[in-house]
Amino acid sequence: MAYLELDRVAKQFGAQTVVDDFSLAVGKGEFISFLGPSGCGKTTTLQMIAGFLDPTRGAIRLEDKDLTAVHPAKRGLGIVFQSYALFPHMTAAENVAFGLEMRNVPRAERAERVRAALAMVGLAGFEDRHPRRMSGGQQQRVALARALVIKPSVLLLDEPLSNLDAKLREEMQIELRQIQRTIGTTTILVTHDQNEAMSLSDRIVVMSQGKIEQIGTPQETYEKPASAFVSQFLGKTNDFAAAVDRTATPAQVAAGSWSAPAPAGLSGPVTVSVRPERIGFGDTGLSAKIITRIFQGNHWLFQCDSECGTAIVIRQNDGQAQPVEGDAVRLTWRTEDMSVRARAGA
Amino acid sequence: MRRNGPLALVFHTFFVIVMVAPILVVCLVAFTPEGFLSLPTNGFSLRWFRAIANYPEFIHAFWVSLGLGALSSFVALLFAVPAALAIARYRFRGRDALAALFLSPLMIPHVVLGIAFLRFFTSAGLGGSFAALIIAHVIIVFPFALRLTLAAATGMDRTIEIAAVSLGAGGWTLFRRVTLPLILPGVISGWALAFIQSFDDLTMTVFLAAPGTETLPVRMFLYIQDNIDPLVTSVSACVIAVTMTALILLDRFYGLDRVLAGKSGDAGR
Amino acid sequence: MSAVAEERDARAPWALAAPALMLFVGVLLIPLAMTVMLSFHDWGQYKGIEPVFILKNWHEIATDPYYAEMFWRTFRIAILTTLLTALLGAPEAYILNRMDGRWKSFFLLVILGPLLISVVARTLGWALLFGGNNGLVNKLLMSAGVIRSPIPFMFTETGMVIALAHVMMPFMVLSVWAALQRLDPQIENAAMSLGAGPITTIRRIIMPQIMPGVLSGAIIVFSLSASAFATPAIIGGRRLKVAATLAYDEFLNTLNWPLGAAVATLLLVALVLIVVGSNALIERRYAEVFR
Repeated sequence: MAYLELDRVAKQFGAQTVVDDFSLAVGKGEFISFLGPSGCGKTTTLQMIAGFLDPTRGAIRLEDKDLTAVHPAKRGLGIVFQSYALFPHMTAAENVAFGLEMRNVPRAERAERVRAALAMVGLAGFEDRHPRRMSGGQQQRVALARALVIKPSVLLLDEPLSNLDAKLREEMQIELRQIQRTIGTTTILVTHDQNEAMSLSDRIVVMSQGKIEQIGTPQETYEKPASAFVSQFLGKTNDFAAAVDRTATPAQVAAGSWSAPAPAGLSGPVTVSVRPERIGFGDTGLSAKIITRIFQGNHWLFQCDSECGTAIVIRQNDGQAQPVEGDAVRLTWRTEDMSVRARAGA
Repeated sequence: MRRNGPLALVFHTFFVIVMVAPILVVCLVAFTPEGFLSLPTNGFSLRWFRAIANYPEFIHAFWVSLGLGALSSFVALLFAVPAALAIARYRFRGRDALAALFLSPLMIPHVVLGIAFLRFFTSAGLGGSFAALIIAHVIIVFPFALRLTLAAATGMDRTIEIAAVSLGAGGWTLFRRVTLPLILPGVISGWALAFIQSFDDLTMTVFLAAPGTETLPVRMFLYIQDNIDPLVTSVSACVIAVTMTALILLDRFYGLDRVLAGKSGDAGR
Repeated sequence: MSAVAEERDARAPWALAAPALMLFVGVLLIPLAMTVMLSFHDWGQYKGIEPVFILKNWHEIATDPYYAEMFWRTFRIAILTTLLTALLGAPEAYILNRMDGRWKSFFLLVILGPLLISVVARTLGWALLFGGNNGLVNKLLMSAGVIRSPIPFMFTETGMVIALAHVMMPFMVLSVWAALQRLDPQIENAAMSLGAGPITTIRRIIMPQIMPGVLSGAIIVFSLSASAFATPAIIGGRRLKVAATLAYDEFLNTLNWPLGAAVATLLLVALVLIVVGSNALIERRYAEVFR
């Protein structure tokens, strides 16, 4: 049963539709990411859940109770803001204690919970520091502790890691995942970083131009992208223009001189998507010529000029000899490594 | 979510009305057709604007103010532009003290400045002269001229100058062809703001002005001391019009919010 | 000489700043010093100014209760003006900050624009509004039933405080406005998400953060009000004297320059002490938060 449910939620600013027909059921304890480029409506959706914006249409329910009627101050959600939005005139402990004060938690219990929350995010001993005297990572942890200490029904994270440098971001990702697993809080993360979404979430909601493109586990969205947008947005991919021939038996899908048995249900022009690391060099398959070859340590990156346009191939560096620039090659892949979609506009 | 409630809007309306009312009432009364102070209830009339022509001392004072404002702001910039470049570009001992000294006329009450200049120029035999007025006004408008020039010089991309130097420009050519054009918006805005300050100053000037060198605010003040009639409102309306023109100029070249925000920063020192 | 090499030359900045520095020393510092000196000179109705060093003027200011009363009035008016601007200006800045872009810049212009309009013209406006017992303000208040008999505004401290507050208001709004700009735009949402209502948010989150802005605005308004001349002179007339108008009278009517110089020196010293002192206090009080 869904814990948090968004039912055909839409948001319009004037004539502009920012979020359209957004439906999602979040299970208790689940970690969901809203992933998409800036302006895709992910933050707007988060703000509607938080109550800072009212949906134009649709309903948001938490444990079957309508959330849109509840004032944001009463929703009991924990939010970590992109800017952290720490109270600069309060110490770390005072920041964390604020939500508890609003809930009239007795002083002794408050102190204990603040201490525990700060310890959980690895900031024991920083109670009396002011935010301006803390590093970005430390501020981030205070913001997280402040959101978690009130035992929120849902934790909302709005691009929480985007202001950190790459190394710190990775550390925080691991830590965030561990904390979330430990306390089991249902969490929604808004991000434009596909790596972040993949490494943290149980399921990813890929969004584009206010619409949901795909909802699925990180593997599903990566391996079986539901649309060209998803396959492009989640890592590098090769899209080949192909056609399904239903007159042959068994039905064939062909791109240039490459062909394979066609999946059921499609016919006519299609797009075949294959991840670069799933393409190999073989004796048969798509004819191509190596244009550039780049050595990247644990792998080789090839850019090829194929019959169906530019193709990118990534091969593990296993010590074997690799083709060089100018070589004619045949590109091949297993049918389970590709996804085939009807070609848009055809 | 972040909307102002009805109570806030009522407060805001009240606030704006109070802020605008005195200025509006001056401009309205200026158009009265009556011979006494009253709001123009029976149509508008320009008689009190025409009446200014019969008071040559107002017209003379207007020209004094205009000339004084234009000239003193220009002279202030001659001093302020190099000073701003020094403060913006170099880190040297005494830099903060120098900046504080140059901005100090903002902090010294104008009545004190008026007294100090009166004493000084009388001893120097320049009492009541136009030259004394110019020098005194250069001092009081200097912080405004400096402030905006400084902002422009600080915000300027130095690599453009370095590029010009690499192409062989140097010294005066570098300044005239590259540096000055780049900081010109700040310099012009500095001039306009300085002009407004000079054009509006009463407190200091009232000590220095003698018959013949009275500025418009001084003339108006002395007139109001004796009696308030519609004539002085029509003169005020003209002053407001001149200030508005300078304001529009400022807004076009620089953006009024930047000018005003910078100004509060000084006064806070 | 390249632009880069220029920066290493220690004499270059002084060469650039030298003209302005000489101007300021010659025409600002020397006249100020002369004024301080003047306050120690003697003066008589018939003998004029005598360049001697005596404490007569300072003694007179210290002992004659007239001066104590006048300075007390000056500072009382300045304090009341400051309070009035803070009470009205801070909420207005907050309301302005919450407005939509276009309205925000429009009203900002309406409120800050008067800053650059002649003080004489603005005060004249108040004189017209107050205008004796049947001024516009009194008529409005009486027809609204707020008061039964007209309040005297002209030639009173009440009128001076109102007119001065109007003149100084832009400084307060600007100062609080600047503090509001430094606020994290999400901070109110953060407080709300933790369960704080609007009043609590303003009291616990917004107020403490804009306090430095209110205080620095208050310092500006106070020092400008305490040394204001045009508004007290026009609204207060010849009867209700403040420091600036008294100094003016001593110089241009009584012609007792040394006494006027002493009043001016005292005003300057008092203001510098108050401004520097309260600045230091604010900085210490808020150092931790706004480092």
